[in-house]
Amino acid sequence: MNLRVLALGAALVALVTLPYWMAGIYYINVSSQILFYAIFALGLNVLVGYAGLVSLGHAGLFGVSAYATGYMLQLGFGHPTAILVALVISMIAMAIFAALSLRSTGIGFIMITLALGEILWGLAYRWISLTGGDNGLSLKSRPAPFGFSLADANTFYYASLIIFLLSLAAMTVFVRSPLGAALKGTRDQPRRMNALGYHVWAIRFFACLFSGLLTSVSAILFVYYTQFISPQTLALTSSAEVLLMVISGGAGTLLGPVVGAGLVVVVKTVVSGFIERWNFLLGAIFVAIVILMPEGLVPGSVRLWRRVWGKRGRDAGAGVVASGAEAKS
Amino acid sequence: MSALTISGLSKAFGGLRVTRKVDLNVAPGERRLIIGPNGAGKTTLFNLITGELTPDSGSIQLFGQDITNVPSRRRAHLGMARTYQIITLFARDTIIHNVTLALLGLSPSRWNPLIDLKRQGHFVERAQAALEKVGLAHIADRPLAQTSYGERRRVEIAMALTQNPKVLLLDEPFAGLSIDERRDVKNLLLAIPRDVTIVMIEHNMDVALEFAERITLLHFGEVIVEGNRTEVVADPRTREVYLGH
Repeated sequence: MNLRVLALGAALVALVTLPYWMAGIYYINVSSQILFYAIFALGLNVLVGYAGLVSLGHAGLFGVSAYATGYMLQLGFGHPTAILVALVISMIAMAIFAALSLRSTGIGFIMITLALGEILWGLAYRWISLTGGDNGLSLKSRPAPFGFSLADANTFYYASLIIFLLSLAAMTVFVRSPLGAALKGTRDQPRRMNALGYHVWAIRFFACLFSGLLTSVSAILFVYYTQFISPQTLALTSSAEVLLMVISGGAGTLLGPVVGAGLVVVVKTVVSGFIERWNFLLGAIFVAIVILMPEGLVPGSVRLWRRVWGKRGRDAGAGVVASGAEAKS
Repeated sequence: MSALTISGLSKAFGGLRVTRKVDLNVAPGERRLIIGPNGAGKTTLFNLITGELTPDSGSIQLFGQDITNVPSRRRAHLGMARTYQIITLFARDTIIHNVTLALLGLSPSRWNPLIDLKRQGHFVERAQAALEKVGLAHIADRPLAQTSYGERRRVEIAMALTQNPKVLLLDEPFAGLSIDERRDVKNLLLAIPRDVTIVMIEHNMDVALEFAERITLLHFGEVIVEGNRTEVVADPRTREVYLGH
């Protein structure tokens, strides 16, 4: 356990001092990207990992938030108003999204979220008077909260880091709370939860809203980072990418989606500079993860670590086998 | 007033009529046994009583209150608890977490997203006390995946009891247990206080007969025989459809 605290402390120190040791502005910007994509992945993980509901339409919600910010700024509103309105609009969008898709679970849920995501993509593409169609929307400036201009790469990184840490803390509190325990219960035994007195639908609905809030926060950071939003951001591939972050890192774990976001963003931005077929590489990495660590990088590494260093490895292994047998019943 | 009153309850799946005009009256504190051959509609009757299925016609009353259209989760809050024939527990969690979830289900703090569940002392104490009663307190922190079938049965019962139900529905609590485990579970059930009304489905007649005061025999969804222990066992129709010769 002490090792865990030590590792987390070291990671925190590395993150806080990152602009001082990272070589060049380009890599600091990549780090900012990892942070806001990590928030997006945390948001999706609420549904995929803790509610057992796989959404393929989250890029659509991400887009709603980003477009709302861009459009409000274009109308001449200030940054605080734009951000606030974007948050409210995306929560309303998420509520509608959830009300429609929670009529079903499993494959049905995936298909409905996929369809809703595609509808939002279609709207972004064709509702030209609002979204600028294929040309997208450009943002003229980044905000300067408390006099710190986010136009500077380092300041933007620190803003992203603060919001990321707050999101991670919110996620940690939620997962350990009674509502978090109830949500995990509805993932594993919805029928039993209902018989125990829980409102399964309402619990899932709240999970959707929390997921939507994190998605919206990350989208606002994204749109200020790129200062541009186009329909491509809402495409199915974007939804799949975030899902990949969650699953490769470890769905249903706190840090899995963060590690997953790091992996995908690094391959997509840095490695793609050296290898033209970076998509192929990402696919190969994903296949390797599925074969070697089907539970994801974070829980998989913990398992390997214990097998190599600790006696606890055997107990953990027995637990996995037994829970596999239980899942069939 | 009866604890549980069912009148004219019917349910059909397409052309298959699984429950046919069932009437049932269970007095407060009574131990009622429901028997019948496979496919008689016993578990379906339970699912109708707990609200997991909606009846096509008929009504269900819990202590005089009509609950026919009350959703399943509300019935838990009105004092109804059940166990499942096929064990339905949270396999990834520890034994004590399973029981805590049962406690939390009836508590308003189940909606709280801000407090740390593990630090809620009163839940931990009550869950531990419930496990004490079923003799599992010493392995409370063991993951459920590492427990035996008999232990899981007892977890199911602990979860139901910890909700302080007025009416407890037990669906084959002895199924798949060894002789020793059966004795343990039987003693556990005999120790339940009389303010809990119990309706039990069971095939294992040795233990079940000892436990039950009144018996209802279901066959093809209909109540064929109802009465006290000796009446039902002596009835020729019981011998014909259930006990054999």
